[in-house]
Amino acid sequence: MKAKHQRLTLAVLALVALVGAGVLAAFALQDRANYFYTPADIVAKQPAAGQAIRLGGMVEEGSIRHEADGVTVNFIVQDGTARQAVMYTGITPDLFVEGSGVVADGKLTSDGTFIADSLLAKHDENYVPRELEGIDMTGNMTKTDTLVE
Amino acid sequence: MHAYANPTRFLSLARPLTPWLLFGGMALVLVACAWGILSTPPERLQGESVKIIFVHVPMAWLGMAGWTGIAIASISELIWRHPLASHAARAIAVPGALFALLCLVTGAIWGRPAWGTWWVWDGRLTSMLVLFFLYLAYIVLANETSKTSGQSRIAAIFGVVGIVNLPIIRFSVEWWETQHQGTSISITGKSTIDALYLWPLLVSAIGFSLLFAAIVLMRMRASLAETKVEGRLKRMAAE
Repeated sequence: MKAKHQRLTLAVLALVALVGAGVLAAFALQDRANYFYTPADIVAKQPAAGQAIRLGGMVEEGSIRHEADGVTVNFIVQDGTARQAVMYTGITPDLFVEGSGVVADGKLTSDGTFIADSLLAKHDENYVPRELEGIDMTGNMTKTDTLVE
Repeated sequence: MHAYANPTRFLSLARPLTPWLLFGGMALVLVACAWGILSTPPERLQGESVKIIFVHVPMAWLGMAGWTGIAIASISELIWRHPLASHAARAIAVPGALFALLCLVTGAIWGRPAWGTWWVWDGRLTSMLVLFFLYLAYIVLANETSKTSGQSRIAAIFGVVGIVNLPIIRFSVEWWETQHQGTSISITGKSTIDALYLWPLLVSAIGFSLLFAAIVLMRMRASLAETKVEGRLKRMAAE
């Protein structure tokens, strides 16, 4: 075996081991590297009331309800399988709209409501010009009357 | 590969190619940014702030492509002892680090209006920051090891090891729940970004790639010239 071939074999073996180790490590991290809990995770893991958690999901259509004080907002976060009621007091980001993604830091109260201390909008991978809204990428018509400008 | 291993032959190709890449890249970037910023409509939810995508995404792609380049050069140095490889890997590191940094900065500027925050520690943002730190570590390591001796292999091994981070960046948004949105552009499937944004983005990406290549060629030429001068000084000292 020539020295060049020896080095080639060694490098290929090292690369395979390296990428394998990386994938195994990423796989082992799994849900610990998740940035937030989905409502389904909250159902499955039952975090204790008062424990600081981060919740992420979609704002349910028609669920946003503004309180009389003008700064408190109640809404429901859903992920297709579970729903979670959320209360937040403060200024909401511009992209906080029904049907869009949201990430909230906060804690669950004993009655099961999630009290958010901070609210971030999470936009999805769709980039659609304003004049084309209503026609989504899969060709289906989407509900647009709840979107704010 | 070894046809261009001869530095003289490489230089005869790199020298005329550099201005074409440099000015071609500048022209394409200017056209793409003017097109993207002035003539595309505001996005449905994000409005005008979406237009930073024409800089942010090419920076992210090239930041990752740069490390791919370092890894390829490092492998050809380790296995085939390609004489230009250590020059190439070192030449890529600085623009690679710069593009990764610009990706982080433009991402923060975009994140503030779109998400409501400059920075979060999610899988995508954190792994991209790690890439930037890997570049800095590589630059330090490369500067401390001579590029013409066997020492250079230490930097080359680091260049290969760092490749582990690339699939983590790419798949972070699929493996984990992240603040960052998922992948919009697909070569095989359907892209979820409207063609009105996609085309200027692709032109911008090509333009920035040519600029990146021009920077790498200029740095390689400077690096080869430096080695030549060092060799000449050594010979003069020996006489």
